[in-house]
Amino acid sequence: MSFSISLTVNGVRRDVELDDPRVTLLDLLRERLHLTGSKKGCDRGQCGACTVLVGGRRINSCLALAVSHDGADVLTIEGVARGDALHPVQAAFIAHDGLQCGFCTPGQVMSAIGLINEAQAGDDPERVREAMSGNLCRCGAYAGITEAVLEAQQNLVTASQRRSA
Amino acid sequence: MKTFDYVRPATIADAVAAGAQPGASYLAGGTNLLDLMKGGISRPERLVDVTHLTGLDRIERLGDGGMRIGTLVRNADLAHDPEFAKSYPAVAEALLSGASAQLRNAATVGGNLLQRTRCGYFYDPASACNKREPGTGCAARDGENRLHAVLGWSERCIATHPSDFCVPLVALDAIVEIEGRSGRREIALEALYRLPGDTPERESVLEVGDLIVALRLPAEARAFSTHARYLKVRERTSYAFAVVSAGVALRIERGTIREARLALGGVAAKPWRARSAEATLAGGSPNPASFRRAAEAALAEARPSGDNQFKIELARRIVARALALAAAGTPARLPALPASPFASVSGAFA
Repeated sequence: MSFSISLTVNGVRRDVELDDPRVTLLDLLRERLHLTGSKKGCDRGQCGACTVLVGGRRINSCLALAVSHDGADVLTIEGVARGDALHPVQAAFIAHDGLQCGFCTPGQVMSAIGLINEAQAGDDPERVREAMSGNLCRCGAYAGITEAVLEAQQNLVTASQRRSA
Repeated sequence: MKTFDYVRPATIADAVAAGAQPGASYLAGGTNLLDLMKGGISRPERLVDVTHLTGLDRIERLGDGGMRIGTLVRNADLAHDPEFAKSYPAVAEALLSGASAQLRNAATVGGNLLQRTRCGYFYDPASACNKREPGTGCAARDGENRLHAVLGWSERCIATHPSDFCVPLVALDAIVEIEGRSGRREIALEALYRLPGDTPERESVLEVGDLIVALRLPAEARAFSTHARYLKVRERTSYAFAVVSAGVALRIERGTIREARLALGGVAAKPWRARSAEATLAGGSPNPASFRRAAEAALAEARPSGDNQFKIELARRIVARALALAAAGTPARLPALPASPFASVSGAFA
């Protein structure tokens, strides 16, 4: 059995012929569309390295079947910068040393963008830590990650206020 | 993962017809099912994808004051729905204490009700498990069982139901609407689940083809909204299943408890309603002695299934503390760490 699906990935429509219904969204991105920024850590929804946004919401792409996401609007780490201009979350991760080896970073960044979209954490570091608990970092860069998320959120809020002023 | 046929029905009737075929499983958020399939624990012949069905993702206020939640509503959307969170705050707190933000964005109401146990032996195909393979035995009986059941277990199975969401739902008399081969019916959520007995592989009363289409919370349950909490002990601060949890709701008038609701999580194969404990509270005043009496009543039938005697006293203390928190009043805003016993020291690690 073969399945034809269409998704929007980083703003570009992609028509994909799936020869196997078992392909996850993560494997579709990495192995078929060659977008290897999203990482396969545990492949069981426990580590968050595969986090992408679907319809603006963060999910674990390893626990999503590609065939079920026919029509979805997907944003991956490859789609967040504007050319050489980093996304404010990416820039804040660098500024605050929110990484060491970098393997979990694409998932951390996508999760942080999702968190900021959700607008539930405010400026409380405890709420940020709680909302980022689905992303593990084996290097233990959590302190920098929390600072980066708080600063990026502040920068994005300030920028949007400036735009609407 | 074993391969499968994939079908995407256009209507609920088509879904039920496809779901009634041998070897079929419904697919919604997939956060538990895909994990089980990757581990070879679930091996469906056919996945019936219900996520594209229309009309099952609504949160509605009913004419009688209750609320109806479509089976495809995502956990995060329900927890953050202002009307729902205000009316049933312990349920919102339970939802936000479960899993991670990513999983709460994908996991659905119906899927949460039907999620499988997290018993490590159930997840290990090399271990004996009567739930996974009836008749093979229970590796947990003589294995690592400190997190296993202390109520309602049998020699065949000592696994627990892992849901947080279902605990306050059972306390609040939630109702499940089911579409099946012979039409629509509804049952109390509490009656959806079966205790293991001699057939731990049969976890619910659902029949072949049955599809949960909605969950309803009765209007009466709103009367508890000012005194309702969920409290959960985990082995790490966040993103962990309950060792023990309690969903509590009180109706207090002029210093007297008029009605109490209490259910426990992490202690049995189903969310455990503690009616005898509720009865000890009704008509009395909310104080540490009455809370401890209720806790004793709630665990009166408990017995360890292995290396888990500690869970019984832990559950008593969690019940008493949840009652004290509920009596103090539902907070205007959920704590930074929902349902956590450490919420009172939030910020201590900043």
